[in-house]
Amino acid sequence: MTDGGATLTAAEAAFLVAAADTIIPADELSPSGSQCGVVDFIDRELAGPYGQGVRLYRDGPIVKGKKEHGYQLGLAPRDFFRIGIEAADDWTRATYQKNFAELDEAGRQAALTAMETGKAAFENFNAREFFEALIAIVMEGFFADPIHGGNRDGAGWKMVGYPGLPADYRATIEPNRGKRLDIVPRGIADRR
Amino acid sequence: MAKTMKHVDAVCVGMGWTGSIMARELTKAGLTVVGLERGANRTPAENFVLPTVRDELKYRLRLDTMLDTSVETITMRHEPGETALPMRRWETFNMGDGLGGSGLHWNGITWRFAPSEFVLRSHLTQRYGKNAIPADVTIQDWGITYDELEPHYDRFEKLCGVSGKAGNLKGQIVEGGNPFEGPRQNEYPNKPLILSQGGAMFMKAAQGLGYHPFQTPASNSSAPYTNPEGLTIGQCQYCGHCEFFGCESNAKASPNVCVLPALMRDSKFELRTDSYVSRLIYDKHARKVTGVVYIDRRTGEEITQTADIVILSAYPFNNTLLLLLAGIGQPYDPHTGKGTVGKNYCYQTIGGVSLFVEEEINPWIGTGTSAASIDDFQADNFDHGGLGFFGGGYICVSGSGGRPIQVRATPPGTPRWGTAWKEANAKWYNHNLSLTSHGCNYAHRNNYLDLDPTYKDAIGRPLVRQTYNYRDNDYKMSAYVTAKAAEIAKAMGAKIVNPPQPRTGNFGATNGQATHHTGGCIMGTDPKTSVVNRYLQNWNASNLFVMGGAVYPQNAGHNPTGTMGALAYWSANAIVNQYLKSPGALVHA
Repeated sequence: MTDGGATLTAAEAAFLVAAADTIIPADELSPSGSQCGVVDFIDRELAGPYGQGVRLYRDGPIVKGKKEHGYQLGLAPRDFFRIGIEAADDWTRATYQKNFAELDEAGRQAALTAMETGKAAFENFNAREFFEALIAIVMEGFFADPIHGGNRDGAGWKMVGYPGLPADYRATIEPNRGKRLDIVPRGIADRR
Repeated sequence: MAKTMKHVDAVCVGMGWTGSIMARELTKAGLTVVGLERGANRTPAENFVLPTVRDELKYRLRLDTMLDTSVETITMRHEPGETALPMRRWETFNMGDGLGGSGLHWNGITWRFAPSEFVLRSHLTQRYGKNAIPADVTIQDWGITYDELEPHYDRFEKLCGVSGKAGNLKGQIVEGGNPFEGPRQNEYPNKPLILSQGGAMFMKAAQGLGYHPFQTPASNSSAPYTNPEGLTIGQCQYCGHCEFFGCESNAKASPNVCVLPALMRDSKFELRTDSYVSRLIYDKHARKVTGVVYIDRRTGEEITQTADIVILSAYPFNNTLLLLLAGIGQPYDPHTGKGTVGKNYCYQTIGGVSLFVEEEINPWIGTGTSAASIDDFQADNFDHGGLGFFGGGYICVSGSGGRPIQVRATPPGTPRWGTAWKEANAKWYNHNLSLTSHGCNYAHRNNYLDLDPTYKDAIGRPLVRQTYNYRDNDYKMSAYVTAKAAEIAKAMGAKIVNPPQPRTGNFGATNGQATHHTGGCIMGTDPKTSVVNRYLQNWNASNLFVMGGAVYPQNAGHNPTGTMGALAYWSANAIVNQYLKSPGALVHA
């Protein structure tokens, strides 16, 4: 489901496909996360300037702060996900004797729930912080403009009814008050 | 050996709203002016075009137009005595970078502060008694009145082509406008925008409850408009991409659209972008700033620019930093309450309530604010007797665009992922509204800015250290105003009203709120308690003028940009009509 390859290893891609498809399962509302290109999106993001932490303030001393201090690790997102995926797989192996990607659907749901609620204790990594970063980047991949590699065919936009680009609504508002406007979504590439 | 540029009459540090306005007014008066801008030269026509401008990931999540935290950020802590840590990436507010500054990515909400805000301490003392204001609430009068500022608000509104409806014309209350606003001499330059669906529902519900709703004044032009600079502002298309974005139809006012094209045509003005001011040159003996030192980022060279007048027109953090580094004035000390630089740093206290309605909202149709507000619980517009707090805020309904990475609320109890989450998203996306209680933040003795002892920026200067938390007044105010918002939400016929979320808990670097910071270089009547006088002239350097939110003695419940534009015109007027005739202190302490 992913051609990936910009930075993710096969094991990382397998983890992310399994995670994206558990967070966004295939059903009548949309194809699965990976079918929508979410893992391709993550691969590109982590390979690019965001993943490399180009705009991250990384000077030391690195100190563990209060939660209100926000992100205090010196890790760029690429390294954050590398370490986090390793730690998650270590934890699922210790708990369920399998890598996350090898778990069945119910097992993945249980594992993600344990991370989300803070019940999973990764060795040397904050499971909850990892889960929050994971769900954030999956949602970006599902809802960002398709030009970034995810949200294939506007699947995320279609699910909620967001029209994407076309955006001159001067004459639209008054005649359509309270009415649903079903506009076929268009992205940046559709307007080039 | 630093290179020295040809002396000019005035130099502006930072070319956002206030730098652009000052440069324009001073060149009109015949002065030669150099504008130094740390970031890129950006023009909407070249940098913000369809289709690429409508990219939520690039602009909203990756913050393409914002200050790069690897170059400069701030550190934060809650109380004096704690160790501050750096904000390693922006997760709560976002300072703009590049030509136009934060005036490029703002939403365009353009308020006037309530008249009582300018005389806050005197007003509250008079109404509620000598002992009403707690000792640690360090609010002050501004040293200027609303009436003095009114013509300058008017100029800024005309510059921006603000869309709105007057509520108080020369003392006459006008139906449909904000009856609580101070008297205006003129109607807004443009009619209100087309009301959003959420705005229409809010207006009806608020009216039903006996409040006084009106359309929020917006620098998103409801019609094509030519401003007094002869520059054309386009008509808003309601595309839902204002905040965080440049405006490709030039309908949102920005320095880049409303001032800079005129300024650039004036041979007395020179813009230098990628010019990063590192410090001020202060002659303590002469009580003057003789110029500034900046780094030309293209060559790495350090360059000196001398000038007769120095305008500090950067963000409040940077204005304060440059004063602290130069040793201009005494740094504020929370233990003694003495000193002024860094004092009365304030932010904004925002709460909200999310609601779900039967009607189709089409949330992606939006502007900076084509919605509605009430000012019934703003400032001292209501009796605070027995409430245990002062100040308030406006309540408004969302409407700046349902961009789906960020704007997807679901009812309480909805899982955050999986099938049930998908169903809830599909069901509620087009039916969700949120009401905001946009509250004031009154100054507190322990909230201030100084220099961090540990962390440095990319050019080796200490980072600004923010010591800040919400305080008793903020929590009580936010609880009160947000509860009123929840009542309106119910009256809007909502099927579900989420629990109200007033501001609670500590200030957090991850709680997304507005980029509305004030203080650090506050204005006032006494050099012992303020950094600049009523004309924004520094008490310790008579040729140094400080602009922007930095000079507000405390922050009001309204968004700050309208007042900073007005103050820039007010200060420019004083420089041109008083200072130039007789350079020196305009106020004798």
